[in-house]
Amino acid sequence: MVNQEENINLPVSQEDEIQKLWAIMENVPDPEVPVLSVVDLGVVRNISIQQSSGDEKIVVDVTPTYSGCPAMDMIAMNIRIGLLQNGYPNVVINTVLSPAWTTDWMSENGKQKLKDFGIAPPVGKSFDTASLEDIVVECPLCNSNHTHLVSHFGSTSCKALYQCDDCKEPFDYFKCH
Amino acid sequence: MFNKTSQQITDQPITNHQSLITNHLIPYLLHLADNSLILGHRNSEWTGHGPILEQDIAISNIALDLIGQSRNFYQYAAALVNEQGYSFKSEMPKARSLTEDDLAYLRDVWDYKNCLLVEQPKGDWAQTVLRQFFFSAYQSLLFQQLQQSSDKQLAAIAEKSLKETTYHLRWSADWVIRLGDGTEESHERMLKAIDALWMYCGELLENTSYETEVAAAGIGVDLSSIKAHWHQKIIAVFEEATLPVPQTEAFQRGGKDGFHSEHLGFILAEMQYLQRAYPNANW
Repeated sequence: MVNQEENINLPVSQEDEIQKLWAIMENVPDPEVPVLSVVDLGVVRNISIQQSSGDEKIVVDVTPTYSGCPAMDMIAMNIRIGLLQNGYPNVVINTVLSPAWTTDWMSENGKQKLKDFGIAPPVGKSFDTASLEDIVVECPLCNSNHTHLVSHFGSTSCKALYQCDDCKEPFDYFKCH
Repeated sequence: MFNKTSQQITDQPITNHQSLITNHLIPYLLHLADNSLILGHRNSEWTGHGPILEQDIAISNIALDLIGQSRNFYQYAAALVNEQGYSFKSEMPKARSLTEDDLAYLRDVWDYKNCLLVEQPKGDWAQTVLRQFFFSAYQSLLFQQLQQSSDKQLAAIAEKSLKETTYHLRWSADWVIRLGDGTEESHERMLKAIDALWMYCGELLENTSYETEVAAAGIGVDLSSIKAHWHQKIIAVFEEATLPVPQTEAFQRGGKDGFHSEHLGFILAEMQYLQRAYPNANW
């Protein structure tokens, strides 16, 4: 807004505009874990601007967390709405499968937000190094390390069920993937 | 017979690349998609009926992963069908391009190319977890290799799916061990499940003509290269589960070429009912 006058005289560099688009994405929540934005989650992989015959088109590359994640349609819709509200009606959402989504892309900020929300954030890096049984998952409620796996599969594809042996609370663990 | 037909088509004066896609890659993608969709559908029959809540959630999550994988394969298959053409035995919409939904909802039994294993009834919990174990052991080896496919889209789908399949394999192997090395009754039920399902496992690891062709082109996986690894995995887990590995030949085959058991028709009747009764219905 402040720069609007400038915009008329000087075209805002594409880089600045893309920065602005990323900032908009940071306010688009994940429908299942609303404390995380689609950027925290690592679902938005790239944003670009395509110009064709005077028309500006925003291309957002997204990658699904899990192949069957039912939230993906909702995420795409939320991205569209977020951009529309900020004056970008012309949006193309492009699904990319490779490289496959990994929790390694989750921001540190995102992990802290998860924990504050009561979900234990992914432990360690990369899926293959440790099996679910070998890791120590800290209870997001009392920070105890005495917890155990209840089930590999939790309330959504991306989570496993744990229980704390100290405070006895069951909790969701965001699986390292 | 199927071999002969596809051979005749190959002799038509079209480019090699086109012929590879139409005669071999499209059937291959449909085969991979159908395997995942039908097993996903079978597993979803447990939703709301699982033995305990956590396992109800687990099997439903696995169903969801499988159906998601099938969507990726169907989307790619539909794009190739629209681009290169493909002749279905079933009546398909002609005036418009096909979508993933058309492939799932409008093909009849003879156009489905899933293995016989995945269409078998869910049976009891022992049968369900054993089938998942046999299948996930196969899918995990398949996707590991398919990641190296010269077809980038296929490699990407494999890379994505492998992470999920790894979970399915670990979960189902755990259950095979728990039930096999469990109580007298659970052991007995696993033995019955082996009897019911073993005969369908051979087909998982035998190349059809389209698999041979896509493997030769560097696009698909030659199943003979993973067969021994699959057996090793079964032997290792069965040993821990105190279960015998059958020595008999797994003789049932045909699903991959469209020859199915009576069970598939019932699944499709349930799955396709709405689109058949109310074409193009949307909600």
